[in-house]
Amino acid sequence: MKIEEIEKSIVEDFELFDEWAEKYQYIIELGQKLPPLDDKYKIEENKIKGCQSSVWLNAYSKEGKVFFEADSDSTFVKGEIALLINVLSGQDPKDVVETDLKFIDEIGLRQHIAVTRANGLASMIKQMKLYALGLNSKQSA
Amino acid sequence: MDSVITDPVTKAPFDVESVRRDFPVLKGKAHGKPLIYFDNAATSQKPQVVIDKLVDYYSNYNANIHRGVHYLSQKASNEFDVVRSIVQKFINASSEREIIFVKGTTEGINLVASTYGRKNVKAGDEVIVSAMEHHSNIVPWQMLCEEKGATLKVIPMNEKGEIIMEEYKKLLSDKTKFVSVVHTSNSLGTVNPVKEIIRLAHERNIPVMVDAAQGIVHSTIDVQKLDCDFLTFSGHKVFSPTGTGVLFGKTELLEAMPPYQGGGEMISSVKFEKTTYNEIPYKFEAGTPNIADVIGLGAGLNYFSGIDQAGAHAHEQALLKYASEKLSAIDGVRLIGTAKEKASVVSFVIDGLNALDVGMFLDTMGIAVRTGQHCTEPVMDQFCIPGTIRASFLFYNTFAEIDSLIEGVKKAIKLLKN
Repeated sequence: MKIEEIEKSIVEDFELFDEWAEKYQYIIELGQKLPPLDDKYKIEENKIKGCQSSVWLNAYSKEGKVFFEADSDSTFVKGEIALLINVLSGQDPKDVVETDLKFIDEIGLRQHIAVTRANGLASMIKQMKLYALGLNSKQSA
Repeated sequence: MDSVITDPVTKAPFDVESVRRDFPVLKGKAHGKPLIYFDNAATSQKPQVVIDKLVDYYSNYNANIHRGVHYLSQKASNEFDVVRSIVQKFINASSEREIIFVKGTTEGINLVASTYGRKNVKAGDEVIVSAMEHHSNIVPWQMLCEEKGATLKVIPMNEKGEIIMEEYKKLLSDKTKFVSVVHTSNSLGTVNPVKEIIRLAHERNIPVMVDAAQGIVHSTIDVQKLDCDFLTFSGHKVFSPTGTGVLFGKTELLEAMPPYQGGGEMISSVKFEKTTYNEIPYKFEAGTPNIADVIGLGAGLNYFSGIDQAGAHAHEQALLKYASEKLSAIDGVRLIGTAKEKASVVSFVIDGLNALDVGMFLDTMGIAVRTGQHCTEPVMDQFCIPGTIRASFLFYNTFAEIDSLIEGVKKAIKLLKN
């Protein structure tokens, strides 16, 4: 599926929820279901350090597509990662670089999370895009 | 249960519902749920009288102070100047000249480190802080020590989060040039024996600074009884506007100190060849001050002084006891900071759960707590934890609110433990 299509289905899922509490619980469930990251990838180079939680992000490419796997000490952050992985993992690196990820605003995530957490989310997206950018320039070279 | 708290002196009940009506924000909602505000150690809420004071200033007499010859400036100057006297009485300083307005505790500490510290701390000297300091009472001293080639010494604390006084005594030496300690820990709630800490330092003629950012709202602060040389606090933690703070210093120390920042108000005469400085406290107050908010600080301190202090303190201590007991009884919950002398701050961790996840869950229920390191990373390191969940109470909080917190914590455990 294309990025926009996956985003659309996530937005539709979130439309079922009226309250922030329900959205929170849904994100927690996603976090709990996120497959664990192999310990060998939990190294300093893969770490995105935040004030209140740490994220380890590993990326690799297969048949021209970019794949992500990640973990965090926070289940909520894992849920956020799961959302991003659903959308971005297995995509064409060029599409990952170019996407605006409008769904984050559309599901009303940013309005509920604290600024520090929003910055953490932005760092994750930046890291994913940077990896895709590196891969994209290698492929076009 | 709220009705059983009585003033230990007058035996009159402390009327929580009545004081709650003074704080408009407490009637509000968070995510559609009634707000439960337990982040008081970060900042207190503001009573209507403080909000009204700010509106009145901007609506009726906004003007720059001290140099205007006109009506508005006179009125603003009078309202501003009277706050120095309110603060002096509030902390029982011997003179208004010992009260310097600053942005907050952080600036108070930086001011002393940059002026007294720079002048008096030399290579090979030592500055003492405690293991439970907020970053703002560590970093300015570290910067000073790095600049001067001095050493920062740390008074250790025990597993309850109490300063080990025997170790403190051992640290004091001829090399010690300054001691700066926190009155009440923001992350652990510990109330330190500052009077004894000061007495011991004074035996060696070492000056002591007290960080009263938390202490100012939970204890009665009397700078003459404490005999501290410097003391600082922020207005916003004591019912007053943000951007206000107070640095108290003993007259003879302030007079001997070089100025902090240069500019208007702090000068006596400016010539290109040589500038002479104003008298204290103005020597340390360069530029147009935070007029509106300082006037608000006066209203905040007056409001607090009008509250039944003993009753409020007894109520906060009862809330602390109630919350500590209820939280400890939950399987997997561990309190961080179990000192004998504590202010109404409860820090805790839950086995296997991330503090941020729990804090965000409580937020969905309208409960405001703080999570993380609380700007005390060394404290977290000592307890080998990444952070805590912190609920901090003021006299306007209720037992029913704590019941909601307990229910929230139980629900969070159920949801997050997979």
